[in-house]
Amino acid sequence: MRDFACLFSDLDETNKTNEKVAVLKEYFLSVPDEDKIQTLALFTGRKPKRQINSSLLKQYAMEMAGIPTWLFEESYQVVGDLAETIALLLPEPAGEQTKSLSDWIAEIRSLVNFTEEDRRSWLLNAWDTMGYQERFVFNKILTGSFRVGVSQNLIIKALADISGLESATLTHRIMGNWDPLSFSFQELLQEQDASDDVSRPYPFCLAYAIQETSDKQKTADEIEAELGNPAEWQAEWKWDGIRAQAIHRKGTIFIWTRGEELATDKFPELHDFLLSLPDGTVLDGEAICFSEGKPLPFNVLQTRIGRKNLSKKILAESPMAFIAYDCIEFNGEDIRHKTLADRRRILEQLHSDSPHQDVFQLSPVVEFNSWADLYELRLASREYHAEGFMLKRLDSPYQTGRKRGDWWKWKVDPLSVDAVMIYAQKGHGRRADLYTDYTFAVWDGDKLVAFAKAYSGLTDKEIRQVDNFVKRNTIEKFGPVRTVKPQLVFEIGFEGINKSNRHKSGVALRFPRILRWRHDKKIEDADTIEVLRAMLGEHSS
Amino acid sequence: MAKPLLQFNDCGIYCAAGDFYIDPWKPVNDAIITHAHSDHARWGNKRYLAHQLSREVMKYRLGEIQLETMDYGETIYKNGVKISFHPAGHIIGSAQVRVEHKGAVWVASGDYKTVDDGISTPFEPVKCHTFISECTFGMPVYKWKPQEEVHGAINKWWRKNAEDGKITFIAGYSLGKAQRILQHLDQSIGKVFMHGVIANTHEALLRNGVKLPEAHRLTPDTKKEDLRKAIVICPPSAIGTPWMRKFQPFAFGYCSGWMSLRGAKRRMAADRGFVLSDHADWNGLISAIDATECECVCLTHGYTASFARYLNGIGYNAHEAHTYYGGDELMQEDELPAPLVDEHGDVITEGPVNKEGSALL
Repeated sequence: MRDFACLFSDLDETNKTNEKVAVLKEYFLSVPDEDKIQTLALFTGRKPKRQINSSLLKQYAMEMAGIPTWLFEESYQVVGDLAETIALLLPEPAGEQTKSLSDWIAEIRSLVNFTEEDRRSWLLNAWDTMGYQERFVFNKILTGSFRVGVSQNLIIKALADISGLESATLTHRIMGNWDPLSFSFQELLQEQDASDDVSRPYPFCLAYAIQETSDKQKTADEIEAELGNPAEWQAEWKWDGIRAQAIHRKGTIFIWTRGEELATDKFPELHDFLLSLPDGTVLDGEAICFSEGKPLPFNVLQTRIGRKNLSKKILAESPMAFIAYDCIEFNGEDIRHKTLADRRRILEQLHSDSPHQDVFQLSPVVEFNSWADLYELRLASREYHAEGFMLKRLDSPYQTGRKRGDWWKWKVDPLSVDAVMIYAQKGHGRRADLYTDYTFAVWDGDKLVAFAKAYSGLTDKEIRQVDNFVKRNTIEKFGPVRTVKPQLVFEIGFEGINKSNRHKSGVALRFPRILRWRHDKKIEDADTIEVLRAMLGEHSS
Repeated sequence: MAKPLLQFNDCGIYCAAGDFYIDPWKPVNDAIITHAHSDHARWGNKRYLAHQLSREVMKYRLGEIQLETMDYGETIYKNGVKISFHPAGHIIGSAQVRVEHKGAVWVASGDYKTVDDGISTPFEPVKCHTFISECTFGMPVYKWKPQEEVHGAINKWWRKNAEDGKITFIAGYSLGKAQRILQHLDQSIGKVFMHGVIANTHEALLRNGVKLPEAHRLTPDTKKEDLRKAIVICPPSAIGTPWMRKFQPFAFGYCSGWMSLRGAKRRMAADRGFVLSDHADWNGLISAIDATECECVCLTHGYTASFARYLNGIGYNAHEAHTYYGGDELMQEDELPAPLVDEHGDVITEGPVNKEGSALL
């Protein structure tokens, strides 16, 4: 595992993509094949099952470091990452270890037969043989959260260079239901087709944003300058559900989310429709709650997704549909190379042949003659429960991943209010030393009532200014939270608003963030709770 | 009960018996300065007393000031209060201020570190009843590695960059970190250059009689071939500026205690983060406090709440004091003494607002 730990420190030591790829290649060329496939598994989210839960992990770490619980928790708050916190707190090791990554993962898997006490001594012994960097990656594997600043794309690029295979081919091969114990590195490099793994989805084609939320609105003319002739484009509403790939092969069905999670069981309503599709069909679309011919707001779906058991009540309250917008496999053949126009004709045919048109919805093509038309229509997106438009070039293939040019998302501008900052808290990880997490309030009569927390949206320079203000204008401290003098006004943007009994303000916002600092506004100019309540009427179920 | 010898008021750390301030943040008549960093040595005081090695830097930064200096171990009296300076090991010329009156001994340490950095006079513990301490890194996650390892890593990285044909930029505070980095560079690798503000501080220290290794001021006339294999020491404020971008291809590293957290390193978007701090780490703070044999600890800046709680748990009488020191070591512009500013960048003349506005909540 020393190689694997070194890989991490080497990756951390550069910001340049090319150098990261070089480091990865060097690593892949120097470790045995079982470590290669294990590494690939970890970087693509296929980690061993968690054997020691995080409260025990914390307990053992505190024991070894000899610090009280509160100090551990505050350290965790400062660092923001459990694996890193523990690695930083543990005392110097007594020994060292020479096991490979695969050896360690095999040991972790074998813990399933251990008693709690045996797991504890196994862990303390393991920690006592590792330096900081080894402990860090080891803890990452144990805690099962393996997002560590290296994108899958970089790994693929390194492997593609080594193996001589195309990145797109590799990206496709590592999708789906594989396990590093049963899938070898040699198999990864071998020629395959869809029949090798009937569950395997295709890499999703992703869109770039035509205008970032913080950007100035793009005008119809600017869109025209960028995208050209509107006749070459297909516009669809951008649905606010869960992007999913639905597969029917050889009598079995699979529903994969965009995060590559298998969610077939989460959507029983879709099963009959999928089974009725011809064998060898893969659709790309949106799993979304849908009732009386209309999508329901995202929070309905969110509530349902959170449930372990889908009760009758949940199924009745949040019925699912699949809004299909693409067909990428037809008759068992990969048709991603065909043009969007061709694929759309196939999709429409599948739809018209389907006996389940209530569940199998077709994402309607929005007719428009000019970008100005579309610009106007976009302003009404929320009435359709859409987030704006997707614009797709009619003659484009279905790309692997995010490629600039053929697919664009043109989102509607967020809802917004002007609000006063009333509490601040230090950030963690990236911003452990600065006050970066703020709570905002609007007026309710002559009182300020908190309604949202927001973390993002300011520049580093602005964050330092706000941090400076917080440190000098603290009224009270409650643990890590400071009450600050109400003086700064910010414009807070959000994607949606819903009633909430859990919040004092009575509303819950979706994806709140800071749009800008309103230096020009005094706290008296901030919005009132009535403004939010009015939005509630207009923009929620 | 007698009045405490030192008190925290609106202007700074005040000694009523001697009628002087230590590191005041608002203009006062008599200011004793622990060290020349901008949050401790501010402009506008009538008279200054500082360590003699702070003289030229303070004159460079604060202009014509009325400044008296003394050496470590020397003693003076102000209105019967005995005052002496003791090495704090933070930067060149940094001093702990020992104050004694009617049997009570207080030490205001300013900023300090317990490691001998090879360039500042090493920290010496001073026995006292009450110790005024910083705790910038007062959390157990901050533990420094032996500095030889860090300096070794810096040289290794520089050598690699030089081999790859890149100019090396290394960022750190212009007063303190810059000289410490310079002191430990392996000049067989290449030439050492300094950004203008570092060079200014460097020259001020030379005027003060400090011995420093050779380093050149980087100017618009510096020849490109001289920069091959070179390292440039620059202040944090130079990072990401058009000035720096002119020197492509380069690699850029940052030296700070905050670099021990992966997140902080990512925020700086540095190629390399070196964990090198002029503050004491967790163990350094505890051993320093322990060595004073004090009863009481006042914590001025850093993780004051958590560290006070910890110290109280192990038998000290520790509490937080409200001051304007420290803050964000990572990004602070330490080149000019910074007046207090509000969110619009306007200078605040009033003290901190305490209760105003609380009725609204």
